[in-house]
Amino acid sequence: MPDAMSVAVSISQVEKRFGSLRALAGVSLQIAEGEFFGLLGPNGAGKTTLISCLAGLTRPDAGTLSVMGHDVRSDYREARRRLGVVPQELVFDPFFSVRETLRIQSGYFGIRKNDDWIDEILANLDLTAKADINMRRLSGGMKRRVLVAQALVHKPPVLVLDEPTAGVDVELRQGLWQFIRRLNQDGHTIILTTHYLEEAEALCERIAMLKQGQVVALDTTRNLLARFSGQTLNLRLAGGPASLPAALRARASESEETCSFHLASLDELEPLLATLRAAGCGIDDLRLTQADLEDVFLGVMQESGSAQDAAR
Amino acid sequence: MSSGFVTLLYKELLRFWKVSFQTVGAPVLTALLYLMIFSHVLESHVQVNGVPYAAFLIPGLVIMSALQNAFANSSSSLIQSKVTGSVVFVLLPPISYVEFFLAYVVAAMLRGVMVGGGVLAVTMWFAPVTFAAPHWILLFIALGGGIMGTLGMIAGIWADKFDQLAGFQNFLIMPLTMLSGVFYSIHSLPEFWQLVSRFNPVFYIIDGFRFGFFGVSDVPPGISLAVVTATFLLVSAATLALLRSGYKLRS
Repeated sequence: MPDAMSVAVSISQVEKRFGSLRALAGVSLQIAEGEFFGLLGPNGAGKTTLISCLAGLTRPDAGTLSVMGHDVRSDYREARRRLGVVPQELVFDPFFSVRETLRIQSGYFGIRKNDDWIDEILANLDLTAKADINMRRLSGGMKRRVLVAQALVHKPPVLVLDEPTAGVDVELRQGLWQFIRRLNQDGHTIILTTHYLEEAEALCERIAMLKQGQVVALDTTRNLLARFSGQTLNLRLAGGPASLPAALRARASESEETCSFHLASLDELEPLLATLRAAGCGIDDLRLTQADLEDVFLGVMQESGSAQDAAR
Repeated sequence: MSSGFVTLLYKELLRFWKVSFQTVGAPVLTALLYLMIFSHVLESHVQVNGVPYAAFLIPGLVIMSALQNAFANSSSSLIQSKVTGSVVFVLLPPISYVEFFLAYVVAAMLRGVMVGGGVLAVTMWFAPVTFAAPHWILLFIALGGGIMGTLGMIAGIWADKFDQLAGFQNFLIMPLTMLSGVFYSIHSLPEFWQLVSRFNPVFYIIDGFRFGFFGVSDVPPGISLAVVTATFLLVSAATLALLRSGYKLRS
């Protein structure tokens, strides 16, 4: 948990309902200055609602949010000056060129004559050649870059990226992450939501997982991975999953072709193989994989699911 | 006032100016066609308050075009940015709801004045138009544009789809402007419809505006100014309350 001096974003007991849907059910988070923070969760978990509350696009029913110490409601001008948001949808204003779009966006933040910084952002996002082209004529990936550029025109210390790489090709994704990583190294606080868990694992220092409007896990990426450490053994049996000995069935998660076992350590491997051998089970293929953020994610979602069921 | 307002106003002006052929040129042509057809048919038959019909018609067409385009400007800008999602670009910056309101309304007003000026410039050669009291002309076109720009904001904020906006425009704005004395003096109407017309605020805009040209009107211009100002304040207050509450813009 960051100390009070260096809090970039503070979210306290935020609740939001849309009709009967409880989108946020008392979310509290603190994000430190300079952190690369991940916000993960399945669709409908409340990630975008939380970001919208932070950006002032949605008004929470209860709770408070602040950006660099400025309340997003009572001190919204100062809070918004310190926040850049890259929205999830690929939106653009069809009347303007890339440069006009960025000049206008600068003006909204009270910044005139911003061309030096605009040129720098354009160069960093590989958009210089497109500066005078109308937004309508850009490809989806290019439009996505302009959205990032728009979020940066006012040099916000906190940058929120809501699914910035959805539908973006690999090359652009890599380029974008290099740039965002550099921003983070320069001291920007980055908040990222993504469906690509390998991205979150590679980039984020700390992660919050949301489910049904609640934080169900909040820890450093390293600790989260350690929590679900160990390996997964994937076996393809000669006789198919049905040939698995009864003694092992309880531990296995079976799919159509393979049986998977979670191993806390490699010491568990030998007894497991011995049981198979004793039962005369032939093995066609064997693979050992390290736990990754996807396993952690699924594990956390399952745990919280059963906890929520138990609480009912 | 922060320059967020200035930029939003500039953006709103640039938006319609970039397609001025459609947003200024087209309504000017439409008004010219109205004038040519109506004045050709009615010129030899009708005089209103001692003014030849074509001359009487011109201020009506000018203000009608101005009002309809002021409405179109704010309403279409808002619905377009809502439907495409680009409204987020004006909701994320530190722009207050009052600045937001002023930028859209002033832009709508200016488009109204521009279209009205264009209509006047092309139609005034067809009939002897006079300018008895120019300050009334400017006052009524500005206030009328303000009322319609504000109503356009309400419609643009309320409507979720283009057909809802078209409904607002076709079933409220069009009848209000057409049935307000653009083409006739209300004294030529049966008493009942004269009475109905007096509940239409657009009638006072047009009557006061026409007074600026000919120095004659159906009601005294001071009364028209009072009604029009009160209407503007009322719709502005309603729109500001909507914006303040975040209705349909900040969920």
